Amino acid sequence: MTTTYLFLMIAGLGLLAFFLSFQRTVRYSGPKRLRSLPHHYASLTAVWTAVPAVLLMIVWAIIEPGYLQQKIETNLPVEIAGQSAQVVELYLNKVHLAIANQVVDADPVVQSLVIAYEKAALNSRYLNTAMVLVLCLGGIVAGLSNLLFKVHARAGIERLLKVLLILCSGVAIVTTIGIVLSVLFEALRFFNAVSVFDFMFGTAWSPQTSIRSDQVGSSGSFGAVPLFLGTMLISFIAMFIAVPVGLMTAIYLSEYATPRFRIIAKPALEVLAGIPTVVYGFFAALTVAPFIRDVGESIGLSVASESALAAGIVMGVMIIPFVSSLSDDVIKAVPQAMRDGSLALGATQSETIKKVIIPAALPGIVGSVLLAASRAIGETMIVVMAAGLAANLTINPLEAVTTVTVQIVTLLTGDQEFDSPKTLAAFALGLMLFVTTLLLNIIALHVVRRYREQYE
Amino acid sequence: MNNTEIVKAGLRKRYAREKRFQFYGKAAVMSGFIFLIFLLFDITSKAVPAFSITEILLDIPMDRVALNLSNDESLGVNDADLTSIDYAGLIKKSLRAQFPEVTKRKDKKRLYQLISSGAEFELRRQLADNPRLIGGEPLSVWFKADDDIDTFYKLERVTSRIKPEQIEFIESLKIQSRIRTALNWDFFTNSDSREPEQAGIKGALLGSFWTLLVTLMVSLPVGIAAAIYLEEFAPQNRLTDFIEININNLAAVPSIVFGLLGLAVFINFFGMPRSAPLVGGLVLSLMTLPTIIISSRAAIKSVPPSLKEAALGLGASHMQMVFHHVLPQAMPGVLTGAIIGMAQALGETAPLLMIGMVAFIVDVPGGALDSATVLPVQIYLWSDSPERAFTALTAATILVLLAFLAVMNALAIMLRTYFERQR
Repeated sequence: MTTTYLFLMIAGLGLLAFFLSFQRTVRYSGPKRLRSLPHHYASLTAVWTAVPAVLLMIVWAIIEPGYLQQKIETNLPVEIAGQSAQVVELYLNKVHLAIANQVVDADPVVQSLVIAYEKAALNSRYLNTAMVLVLCLGGIVAGLSNLLFKVHARAGIERLLKVLLILCSGVAIVTTIGIVLSVLFEALRFFNAVSVFDFMFGTAWSPQTSIRSDQVGSSGSFGAVPLFLGTMLISFIAMFIAVPVGLMTAIYLSEYATPRFRIIAKPALEVLAGIPTVVYGFFAALTVAPFIRDVGESIGLSVASESALAAGIVMGVMIIPFVSSLSDDVIKAVPQAMRDGSLALGATQSETIKKVIIPAALPGIVGSVLLAASRAIGETMIVVMAAGLAANLTINPLEAVTTVTVQIVTLLTGDQEFDSPKTLAAFALGLMLFVTTLLLNIIALHVVRRYREQYE
Repeated sequence: MNNTEIVKAGLRKRYAREKRFQFYGKAAVMSGFIFLIFLLFDITSKAVPAFSITEILLDIPMDRVALNLSNDESLGVNDADLTSIDYAGLIKKSLRAQFPEVTKRKDKKRLYQLISSGAEFELRRQLADNPRLIGGEPLSVWFKADDDIDTFYKLERVTSRIKPEQIEFIESLKIQSRIRTALNWDFFTNSDSREPEQAGIKGALLGSFWTLLVTLMVSLPVGIAAAIYLEEFAPQNRLTDFIEININNLAAVPSIVFGLLGLAVFINFFGMPRSAPLVGGLVLSLMTLPTIIISSRAAIKSVPPSLKEAALGLGASHMQMVFHHVLPQAMPGVLTGAIIGMAQALGETAPLLMIGMVAFIVDVPGGALDSATVLPVQIYLWSDSPERAFTALTAATILVLLAFLAVMNALAIMLRTYFERQR
């Protein structure tokens, strides 16, 4: 809480510094003209006031816990400090517990340590507040002295702004690194418990781990092949729907449709991509899956109520716009001269499309299909709601299969210990997912870029 | 045969093929539309029952003896009295008075099941709001029916969850016109509940609001700043290329991976609270950042160079030119991108499951640090519930979500066309 107050105080002093400095600069009547506008000088004063103080607070927050810990350890009675590391550890834990819960410990030695700690913490807080105040006041004094008019305020402020802009664009890099590190780190911990080979090539997936170590089946098995196969099966069904429909849509809209139809149809189809996936999941689970099961039963097929087919079909519809709008761009980029040439030789429009335009646009189309495939592999909600949990090793679309994303969700929702192989397995699966989609994206972008260069 | 004749001989076949190809194209476009219309129709038809609710009229005796209060009227009513009243007993008593012929234990139990389990709280609320009712005439109150009764009465569908005796009760109530369907306002003013007839989306709506607020406050400034730097200041070097590759790849990373990031970094490493809109908003802002950066860059790029040169020519610094002239001009495009990014974030579910926003939460979140759930997650939770009535609630929530998305996208389109006309 005190940290919040301290921050508020710094912000208030910064504002005060801004206004005082602004007033002073406006009334400035020195020997030479000022090089910057009043708000530049005022902002610089506010920066001088607030930034060093905030930096100090951050540094303080980092080093303070270590300092206080050391304070306890140096105050440990000799007879305890001399004992084994475990005893000392236990003792320190007791002290920390008493501090955290603000209770009086029965042991007088512990209590004396707690008092020493709290005294040190209070001193540290006073010192921190005092130093922050000194820095703020120093900033204000410097900003209100003639020193301010000796610097190029606008350049200083703009340099600072630029640093801020650079930091903001660095967020993208930090996010990527964050994803890679967090997923990789936890996945490595998982591979300490389960070998990579078993994970990549094992065919049995039953991730339940026991509460007690002597229970039956306590180890669990983490062979991810059924998940990979299930993911591929559902993605394949989805692509089987999305590629022909999406491609024909793109061809029709770019080659045949009147401009008016196109203007209406294109955004209308893109609505399909804007519908949240949880809505598709609901539709797949409650409408499409029962429908497929009923149809299958009426012609004598046994269909699981959470069949791969239902999830795949709905996912296919969802990614139609991804295929169609990207392919549409690519087809439109094919030079008009190629069309004219083919038509002039007497080919019909469909022959031109099939023999000239599609081959010319093929790299771009492949790129769009790869992007759609990566979308299908990473799609979560449709499969969580409409595909099953049972890890069946099958390629029969009428049976229930499970996917990588479904397992990540099931492993990580609900309360469990974060260190068990069960939760860590989710990160290993996440790593696989990230690497696969990343590769698909890189290949797709590369293909599309190469293709664009060809016609530019 | 010369060449012309050869060509002519095949012409009919080729024209037929042309026709067929065009038909496939039309069919493809149409199949997308048909699916969209069918989806919307299916969800709307499933959602309709959720907007109305069955209510049953009961007469509750209000004399002080029946309420088990002391007979001395001068004492008035205090809080202890309100607490001491056995509301559930009163409702049961008035049900028995309504059907005096019911005597068997089993039948009585079925009779009591007509009314929602939330009825006693409703009665208590009414008395607390208006204590003068106590000691007066019997009070006539419309109570919500239980969800199974509600489903039966609204849809006239007999399921195994409804008993023949209960159907007789309902028929009798119908004759006395003591049963009706009313608008289900509680759907908008209540939070989640285990009982479908009492469940509402207020908690999820506010959870979505707080989450989106955090997302907007983080991703919009950072996104604009990154776009400005990359478009106006960045030198052509390796680092800039690397940033651009990263942004493009992040746009295609599956959303669930962002959830893993949030779990590992925000919750486990920084120790932020689980289920909080703050964490959800941060994860979603990392996810929408590429969308905002890419659209903002396009908007900044489209500002005419003459404007920039004029500003520079009049002595503005590079920074002043960007912030005083380029950014205001690009703002409509930037905002359009931001709205589209927010719409994406509003519909996103998977990453929020990872950071624990799936809990059953009855309280309405009052800030970004309270436990909360959001609209799409509420849809996911309810779609899993076994009660039939939750299906209708799920579909209704989907309609609400789609309505919000439609409004946001319409806003984006209006903004774009308005400013395009201005230019």
